[in-house]
This record gives sequence, C-alpha cells and structure tokens, in this order.
Amino acid sequence: MNTAHREIAAAPEELDYFELDRIVGEDYGGDRENLIMILQAIQRRYNYLPRPGLTYLSEKIGVPLSRIYEIATFYATFSLEPRGRNLITVCLGTACHVRGAKRIQEQIEHNLHICDGQTTEDGRFTLESVRCIGCCSLGPVVKVNEDVHARLTPDQVAKTLESYE
Amino acid sequence: MKILGVKSLERISEEFSRNIYFPEGVKVNVGMASCGIAAGAKAALERALRECPAGDSVEVRQTGCIGFCEEEPLVEILAKGKPRVVYRRVTEEKLPEVFRDYMEEEFNKKLILCQMRDPRSVLEEDRENPQEGVIPLKGIPFLDEIPFYAHQFKIALRNCGYIDPDSIEEYIARGGYFAFVRILAEMKPQEIISTIKNSGLRGRGGGGFPTGIKWESCSRHPGERYIICNADEGDPGAYMDRSVLEGDPHSVLEGMMIAAYAIGSTQGFIYVRNEYPLAVKRLVSAIKHAEVLGLMGDNIAGSDFSFRVKISTGAGAFVCGESTALMASLEGKVGRPRAKYIHTVEKGFRDGPSNLNNVETYANVPAIMLKGAEWYAAMGTKYSKGTKVFSLVGKVKNTGLVEVPMGTTLRQIIYDMGGGIPRKRKFKAVQTGGPSGGCIPEAFLDIQVGFDELTKVGSMMGSGGMIVMDQDTCMVDLARYFLDFLKEESCGQCTPCREGIKQMLDVLTGICEGRGKEGDIELLEEMGSMIQKFSLCGLGTSAPNPVLTTILYFRDEYEAHIQDKRCPAGVCKPLFHYEVDGKACTGCHVCALKCPQEAITGNKKEVHKLDQKKCVKCGICYEACKFDAIVVR
Repeated sequence: MNTAHREIAAAPEELDYFELDRIVGEDYGGDRENLIMILQAIQRRYNYLPRPGLTYLSEKIGVPLSRIYEIATFYATFSLEPRGRNLITVCLGTACHVRGAKRIQEQIEHNLHICDGQTTEDGRFTLESVRCIGCCSLGPVVKVNEDVHARLTPDQVAKTLESYE
Repeated sequence: MKILGVKSLERISEEFSRNIYFPEGVKVNVGMASCGIAAGAKAALERALRECPAGDSVEVRQTGCIGFCEEEPLVEILAKGKPRVVYRRVTEEKLPEVFRDYMEEEFNKKLILCQMRDPRSVLEEDRENPQEGVIPLKGIPFLDEIPFYAHQFKIALRNCGYIDPDSIEEYIARGGYFAFVRILAEMKPQEIISTIKNSGLRGRGGGGFPTGIKWESCSRHPGERYIICNADEGDPGAYMDRSVLEGDPHSVLEGMMIAAYAIGSTQGFIYVRNEYPLAVKRLVSAIKHAEVLGLMGDNIAGSDFSFRVKISTGAGAFVCGESTALMASLEGKVGRPRAKYIHTVEKGFRDGPSNLNNVETYANVPAIMLKGAEWYAAMGTKYSKGTKVFSLVGKVKNTGLVEVPMGTTLRQIIYDMGGGIPRKRKFKAVQTGGPSGGCIPEAFLDIQVGFDELTKVGSMMGSGGMIVMDQDTCMVDLARYFLDFLKEESCGQCTPCREGIKQMLDVLTGICEGRGKEGDIELLEEMGSMIQKFSLCGLGTSAPNPVLTTILYFRDEYEAHIQDKRCPAGVCKPLFHYEVDGKACTGCHVCALKCPQEAITGNKKEVHKLDQKKCVKCGICYEACKFDAIVVR
C-alpha cells in the first residue's frame, strides 16, 4: 500500500541464486501459499525486495511477476527500494498517538531531514511508521532495528538515535 | 517420553509444579514479554544470569507478563517456605539491589510491587495453595490488594507471568492439556460443542459471534475442514493476543486442538501479524515441544486423532484481521475481503469449511472444558458471559492488561484499577473497539462492559483496546487520525470505502487546518451513513464510527474548530498557540532550557516570555512545566 508509488530498483549487489533456491525450496517448499513468507525471507536477507530476485522467484514458483508485485505493494512491510542501515519505526497506534507519537515523528523528521518512508542521504537511517507494535502501555514507542525505545519524549530523540551508526 | 493419557500428564504436573512453586534454591522470574523487554527486562535478565551465583542456589527464568506494564520490568523472586515477592521497575542497574533485598530479607517497600497470596491458576483448585503457612510480609500488599488487580479474574491470562512460555511441562503443571487429553478419551465431538454453546462464550476478536454455534455449523459442512487462529491483532491500542501468545502459547494450541476434535479437522493455521516476532518464536517452540510429547502430530496421546498446526505471518495489512481477507492472505494472495453470501464455515480457506477464532477465544476453551459451562456462564451479564481482557492504555495512571468479568463498569476499570488520569488532567473520553469503535464520554462511564452494552452507546467491544483520553486529546484530530488509518488500510475494492473515507478525511483535515466551514459536520454525517450502509466488509461499514461518535458526543469541539478557528485541546497546530501564564510562571527556567528553538527567554525567578515567531509548537515546554504555566490559547 504505502510502497505503491515506488519503482522497482536495480540490485546493488549480486544476488546469490543458490541462496534464493534454498529459501524458496528448502525453507518454504516452493509452495505458492507461502509467497508472503518467502518475500519476507528475501527482504530479511537483502533489506528490500530486489527486482531480479522477484523475477527469478516468479519463474521458480510459477506465479506471474505482476501478482508478486501486487503483493509486494499491497502489504506495508515490503520495500521495493534499498533501505538504510538502521530502520527507525515510529509506532503510530492510538495509545502512542494520544501520548504524542506525532511529535516524536516530527522531531525525528526534523533531526534527520527526511519524511516518513525516506532514507537519509548517507544511508544511515530509513524512517518508517507502523500501525501498532503492541507496546501500548509504554507509549510513545519507537523501534530502531530490533530495539524498542519506550516512553520517549521529543527531547530524547537525538540522544536515542546517536548510538546507531 | 510421550503422553498417553491423564496419568502421564499427572506425573509431569507433579514433578514440575515443584519447580514452579517450591524451587530448590532461590528462583528469579523475569517478565520477558515484548513490553517487558522494551522496558529493559532483557538487560536485567542478562545481568541476573551473569551475576547471580548460578548452578547451585539461584535459578533465573523467563516468564510472560503479569499485565501491570506500567511497572515493568517486573521481577518475581521466590524460595521454598518464603514469601513470593514481585519487584517493580527492575532495570539492569537496580537488579543487584533487588536481589540483595530479597536474600537479606530487608524487603524495602520502595522496590516492591506486591507479594503473592496464592499463585495458583484457576485450573489448579485440587492443589493446595503453595504459599499456605508462609508468614506474609508486614506492610506489603498482596497482589489482589493492589487496586490494579482488584476486580481482575484471570482465565485467558491464567498463566501469563507465572510460567516459562518455552516450557510445556510448566504449562501442564498449571493444569494444561488435561482438558484436551480427557476429551480425547471420554467425550464425543457433539458434547464439546454443547459445552461451548452452553458456556455462552462469544468471539473475543470483536464480532462477538457465539463460538459454539460457529463450531457446530462448521462441523456440519462436508469436506476437508480447517481450524484457523486469528492472531492478526490489528486494532491499534490492543495487545492482549500478543501477551497470550508470548506468555502462554500452549493455551491457544490446546484450544485449537479441542476445536479441531469437536469440528473434525486435522489441520490448523495460526495467522500472526508481522509486528509480533517474539510471539512467532514462542509459538514455533511450543509446537515443537507439543510434538515431542506426542500432543501434536499423528495419533495424539495414543488416540486416532491427528492434528498439525502451521504458522503464517502477515505482512502489515489491517484488513487481514477480517476473516475472508485473512484466509486469502493465508493462501498467499492479496488480503482482499469478499462478500459473505457464503460463510467461511462453509467455504473459506482453500474453499473448505473453515472455523476461525481469535487468540483469546481459544485460550478460554481449555478452562471452560475443564471447569464446565455452568462455571463460565455464571460470570458476566445476560448476553456476555465470562471474562474479557482489556488493554488499559493512553492517559491513565496504571497502564496494562486487565482481565475482568463482563459487567464490570468502565468507571471501575479506569478509576479503581487504572487509578484515573495522571497529572491532575481531566478525563475526556475512552475509546473502545479500535478504528471501528467509538469514543465514550464521561456521562456513560457507569455502563457495564459487554458486547451489547458498548454497542448501545455507539461504540463496540472490538478486541478489547481501551484508550483513555484527557483534556489534551483533540477529538477532531482523533477522528482524523482514525480515518487516515483506515484510508491507508482500505483494500480499495469497493467505492464507498475507498472514495468515501478519503472524502471524509479531506473534510476533517480541512477542519483541523482551519479551513472548516458551515455544513461540514452535516456533510460528514451524511457521508458516514452512506459508507456504513454500502461498504463490502466490516472495515468499511464500521469506518465512520469514530467520526460519528465524536460528532455525537463532542460536537462543541467540532464547532470550536469550524466557527472559532480554535483547537481547545492544543493539538491542531494552525488553531492554537502556547502562551506563558504570568500568574503561574515561577521563573524556574526549565522550559527555556528544554526549548529546542530557543523561543523562551527570561531571567530566573521572573516571568518568562515566549516568542511566537520562533515557536514550532512542539509541546516540549508544555510537557515540561510543572506549574501549568504554559497554556494553550
């Protein structure tokens, strides 16, 4: 959904097709029903969905590329362009919203000079928002990679982001 | 070892209940659900493992969350014949102090949340209270004496925070899998369905459809039947399913297996949202452990019943919480709902009869089967039986998960248990039911919670999110927030939802930005009723609810935005500004130090000035001022 406007970018690195075979075949049995999870596994490996990988996947499991593209743009998790080294996810769930998540998001945008969905020029951060990560009692919450930062205030933003290179 | 009947369960139960209740040395339980980890539990656990003299006398274990998230990280320490003490806000730095406090029996009130009177679950009545005979600590409240736990009765959350979620044996020790294994040996499918029907259990995911009736109609349709667990907890502000999956995954698996046996199914699917990686991890390990004990797979517990479960993860689409969309997503397709002329119990996943229930619904099932339908039906209101878990969050002092009997009033939950609104602010509304629900104002705080009761005041039960809002929440902005959410999450199939929500959002955005005009409110009401009537699925038909209920109860706020171009709550930036209240300002200078724009100036102990040109309305000064001297105008 939120990636619909993006274009499929070229791969910045060589794809390891043996590895793709392993993900598709061994981990997910080449089953079309597992398509969403296969795409997630590819994204975990490359940090986004590289086009050549999707073309290869289409041949491999017999699903037209257009259908794969449909899924990759329908679901919010998928990104068709490379993302930064660190992924900042601002939770915009209701509980975080009423506790000022919007202000946290604006502070991050202000500090990094990027908007929701964008990556900093040096490739250090990508900023994304998410509907709710289920830490509602500790809001507002921001996730950087796998670390969840709870009860954030706008003035803590700069310090929180400092440690991520 | 394989489980072959109740006898083998009893052996495991006896052995591992010793470990849970009467450890050899000292046992340290660290609450390691996502919420605890976010508050710093992982670091505390690692430090405990590093520093406590391991091996002989101290055992450090992970558990789920006992619900009082506000006080996390929570660490419970116990030893045979000694009190079980729950320590609050135990960060990595505080852990050695807390450990010393218990070992040297100082029991400093400041560190302690409570002590346990009776740690048994609702399924362990045959067992003697393990704390019987232990001399309680003076001046330290029992768990049930803390206001937060006052009205609680735990069925779905019975094991969360009490067992290691990665240990199937501890689940068995707390009465787990007894219901399922007994059913396999003694009961006919129709008897199970009758019990569930008589219990009055209704779907906990939001719809509130009677679970027993759903099971019965699914079991009557021929073909390969499927059992599906909806763990796509999409409602923002609700996280009870995450807590159950992370703290007690076996209760959900057992509930699913009982459903499978009743309906006649051999295949189960759990659809978990992508934002819950820890829940997936714990489910994977739970399934593996159940297989090792022969509680899942072929010929379960020596019977001719076979059942397997597959976990699928979502990919961030709210609409996939809708049953038909979820099933499409399970098939590896785009999650678009379909019209339900034919129900999913007849033709759902892979066009087979499919029974879909929510996590919390399944977690209730083993308890009902073990304790009986009458026991469950004795709790609650006329049409809403048993208990319901709510996530009490937002502008309330004690945040966390509460499980209360249906029929408890909103006021009891928010004020008695939640402790009211922090920072002397005024209560404005409570939002229930997620983006499909509504906002309930103070006038209705004495209604009892229940499916029909909440619908009557224009909201709904939903999955149990309860977001409390105070004077600083702008209701117009909140309505805009929900519509913005739903506009993004609309799958785009039907026109009323796709176009209608967008049009309503445009009007609301205009109001929030000071472009509101006469007639906007009426236009919103008209469009809202159209979308409710003509949308394809539940997402669309309920989408206007947040707007319509806020107009119904907070029309004056809409009018202030439109006519006076003013946002009374100080949220819509073009419609307010901050000022320093000269009477309240003490000149403490805190705001000036915190202001990132250097917009506030003034000498210490003198009234400060705020430069409107520099101010970006970030609200840092408003939050920082202890004297309420920064005011919204």
